[in-house]
Amino acid sequence: MKYLLLVCGDESLLATQAPEPVEPWVQEMDGRGVRLEGDRLHPESDATTVSESGRLIVDGPFAETKEQIAGYDVIDCANLDEAIQVAAKHPMAKVGAIEVRPFWQ
Amino acid sequence: MNRAGPVEQAIETAFRDEWGQVVASLIRLTGNWDVAEECAQEAFAQAVKVWPRDGVPRRPGAWLTTTARNRALDQRRRWVTEAARLRALAATQPDSSQPGAPEPGDLTAADDVVTDDRLRLMFTCCHPALPLEARVALTLRTLAGLTTAEIARAFLVPEAAMAQRLVRAKRKIRNAGIPYRVPPAHLLPERTGAVLGVLYLLFNEGYSASAGPDLTRQALSSEAIRLARILVELMPDEPEALGLLALLLLHDSRRDTRVDHLGDVVTLEQQDRTAWDREKIDEGVRLLDDALAQGRPGSYQIQAAIAACHATAADPADTDWAQIALLYAAMSRLTASPVVELNRAVAVAMADGPAAGLELVDALATSGQLSGYYLLPATRADLLRRLERRAEAAAAYREALALAPTDVERRYFARRLAEVDGA
Repeated sequence: MKYLLLVCGDESLLATQAPEPVEPWVQEMDGRGVRLEGDRLHPESDATTVSESGRLIVDGPFAETKEQIAGYDVIDCANLDEAIQVAAKHPMAKVGAIEVRPFWQ
Repeated sequence: MNRAGPVEQAIETAFRDEWGQVVASLIRLTGNWDVAEECAQEAFAQAVKVWPRDGVPRRPGAWLTTTARNRALDQRRRWVTEAARLRALAATQPDSSQPGAPEPGDLTAADDVVTDDRLRLMFTCCHPALPLEARVALTLRTLAGLTTAEIARAFLVPEAAMAQRLVRAKRKIRNAGIPYRVPPAHLLPERTGAVLGVLYLLFNEGYSASAGPDLTRQALSSEAIRLARILVELMPDEPEALGLLALLLLHDSRRDTRVDHLGDVVTLEQQDRTAWDREKIDEGVRLLDDALAQGRPGSYQIQAAIAACHATAADPADTDWAQIALLYAAMSRLTASPVVELNRAVAVAMADGPAAGLELVDALATSGQLSGYYLLPATRADLLRRLERRAEAAAAYREALALAPTDVERRYFARRLAEVDGA
């Protein structure tokens, strides 16, 4: 099954304390054939939200939360237990949170 | 026509004993929770029709599972035929996206793993990725066989809301890929804890209910004990499962003496010990001994040991408070919970005097960990009262009164307050 990992964290916090490097995790998961792709995202101040069938354009992110999406990974796992273990190993799981979302298909 | 009685009884017994097993097997065979429940229901309906005529089968559980499986097989055949017809018509691809959906042939597979199915079902229902209330509801529906209406009534939720909760949980199991299995060894301790936690919560939901209109809720305690028995049977080498069952039985032995006829709380020391259920106490103690003999202590075993200290004391003065204080200390090391620490303070006060207990309670109060928790000022008040520091005790009772969550408890603190205030 394919899962999207939404890597979330408090941006103001991330600015002051650098999280552990993500590369070892990326290398391990790429090597195991678990991670299909992923990237870091620019901060919320660079986000644009489109809604109402594209008519309303708002600057900033849609959700008013402290935890912002800082990056994402697409992984392929046998089941949720495996996906949770992969997500738990991500360095951002220690300082932020990882949302594990199954793909629609 | 006096055959109807025993047969009806046999069906009722079979429903209680076999429902979980039938549903659990059918989920494994079909990979579909709704189909499994539906087929189990049809199998029981078939039993109601056939057993009075043909007699109760020698192995009711096997009969029911086979009947339910045949239903699923019929459904699957119809579905396959239908799908084939559609494919021929529209040349579309068959939908093979559903995880765990077996090929039709699987439905006729041998019973070799059937004994594990209820355990699989328990672990899946109690998966930590499901909301806690969904775990509880799903366990009651699929394993215990309670109807959605019954579960809704027990949790004081409208039936439609409970139905929705069950639908969402089953949908998440399917969509998020929650596996239908007993977790592998490295996940087992954590997941076993999750199963035990759901059963304990279930028991407490029923235990905190008093008489009268709460009777449906009380049934939850019996269900929790029944499910804990099944778990012990399926995981005989898990001492915490034994510990939990022992704990539930020891608590349950006091059920009838915990509130008086007005619904007011009766404290442990004032309860009528002759009315405690001896049989449950003996079984609880025996199970606890079996658990401790395995040499792997855990929080349920320790809690059961504490409950056993109370249950086996002939009168309050006989209670081994020094032992209880030691058990709470062990528990405190294991859980680092301030509530456990508060309980330890109570035990220390009983063993070494109220001043020693008060010292621990004051340390807790200073730490601020339990601010807003009514039992903190309530415990302080009780210790201060025993130390004859009445004015301070009254102030603490007032604090407890303001924080108490239920009327029963408010009445209790008001009574105590009047005692220290009035004299």
